[in-house]
Amino acid sequence: MVKIIGPVLRKIPKNRDVKKQAEKLGERTFEQTRIANVFFSDIADFFLFLWRTTREAFSRDFEFKEFFRQCYLIGYKTLPLISITGLIIGLVLTIQLRPALADFGAVSMLPGMVALSIIREMGPVITALICAGKIGSGMGAELGSMRVTEQIDAMEVSSTNPIRFLVVTRVLAATLMIPILVLYADALGILGSWAGANIKGDVTFVLFFSQAFSVIDFLDLFPAVIKTFFFGAAIGFVGCYKGYTAGRGTESVGKAANSAVVLSSLLVIIIDLVAVQITDML
Amino acid sequence: MKEMAESVPLVKEFIKTPKEVVEIENLSIGFENLKVLDDFSLKLYNGENLVVLGKSGSGKSVLIKCIVRLLMPDSGTVKVLGEDVNEMGRKELAEVRKKIGFLFQSGALYDSMTIKENLEFPLKRVRKDLSRKEMNEKVEEALENVGLADTLDKMPSQLSGGMRKRVSLARTVVVDPLIMLYDEPTTGLDPLTSDEISELINKVQKKYKTSSLIITHDIECARATADRIIMLQNGAVYLEGKLVDFEKSADVFIKSFFR
Repeated sequence: MVKIIGPVLRKIPKNRDVKKQAEKLGERTFEQTRIANVFFSDIADFFLFLWRTTREAFSRDFEFKEFFRQCYLIGYKTLPLISITGLIIGLVLTIQLRPALADFGAVSMLPGMVALSIIREMGPVITALICAGKIGSGMGAELGSMRVTEQIDAMEVSSTNPIRFLVVTRVLAATLMIPILVLYADALGILGSWAGANIKGDVTFVLFFSQAFSVIDFLDLFPAVIKTFFFGAAIGFVGCYKGYTAGRGTESVGKAANSAVVLSSLLVIIIDLVAVQITDML
Repeated sequence: MKEMAESVPLVKEFIKTPKEVVEIENLSIGFENLKVLDDFSLKLYNGENLVVLGKSGSGKSVLIKCIVRLLMPDSGTVKVLGEDVNEMGRKELAEVRKKIGFLFQSGALYDSMTIKENLEFPLKRVRKDLSRKEMNEKVEEALENVGLADTLDKMPSQLSGGMRKRVSLARTVVVDPLIMLYDEPTTGLDPLTSDEISELINKVQKKYKTSSLIITHDIECARATADRIIMLQNGAVYLEGKLVDFEKSADVFIKSFFR
């Protein structure tokens, strides 16, 4: 009996140990509560910011000049990057697909397959991810540094609504310009594909494009374009949110830019997943 | 530096101004476990230059941010021109803020805009009644007042620290404010430029008939601009009085500041 109970009794902590363990447990509980508190208040802040942005987007005093400036910065200034990316996507897809299709004697399907994959998936997602990197981080860093250097406070004090001036204009510009950039990247992707097809073959421009567009119908293009508006809104909003709510130190500018890219890229993937599910149901 | 160009301040509004333009009562504010201001009270009278002195971290900047409701206090009232800013809606707050000029410690010029656009930015929103020509004239006049008329088309990054502060001051006064709040106006500047800024603060007060609250730890700036001084220590008023009261004080803490 003693042999059985002895080791069990030895494992029961003494009074002092119980106190220490209770203290540790208390501290851990307190820390976990604090982390949960921060997490839930961050979520609340995010939705509050979303609500304020949506409300200001419908206000009468819209900042048209700033909106067009942002359209120029997001659209025009991203063109070179998107051009190169679009061309390369088409080129690489064609070079990769050609041998596989040749094995099945289906090289004639190449233009259609590449065009379909670019328009439905590759073009929108890759362009959105590139924009998340360039535009999302740019917005996060710009607004973050404006927060740190008190420029947002200065705006507020001079009776300007910073959400309306800085956030609404950027979010709307991103929502409008990213679909345009995606369509542009799609076109260049197919062009790149034609160039790729001509590396080891001889296809005329007209023949390639007529074959490519013969397999694409409205239901391929429409959902793909619609989801890019959501990509744009997500990238613009996350970039602005992260920058606007950045902390006071210079370190927070880098953090804002970094987390803007990470979160907006993640959102692009999630939105794409949801969009694919919805398209699949149609 | 050029003499201040003549212009008419907002006379009508000035006549209506109450005796106490800013009235703070029992203000308390803290962040997490740190109490920054504790039961703090202050009155800024019409037309005076009030300097709030104190060590770094004594809550001076927090104080003026509460006046324009950039920060919400935990308790106490902040009345600006007789109205409690903490009880106001967004529109009323925007109206009150139009009457306040705030010079930020960093200058807070908008990096993406030229100097001209920086000055036009508040003007377009606060003085919507002005024509394009009048607006241009006001911008040029404000820049002339701070001796930087030739910087119109420059970007903030092309200016030195002192010039940025002066442009920031021009941007603040261009909307004819009734109350001026200066957050460390001479911090980070050389003694000569600091003197210029102090001189400008006095000129702004004389020309625009403003009431000014100057937050600083620069004794020379306080000497040059103060009609009255409040010394802050641990979030509460340590001593209040005229400059002479401070200079004659035998208190060790005050002496360490004014030696």
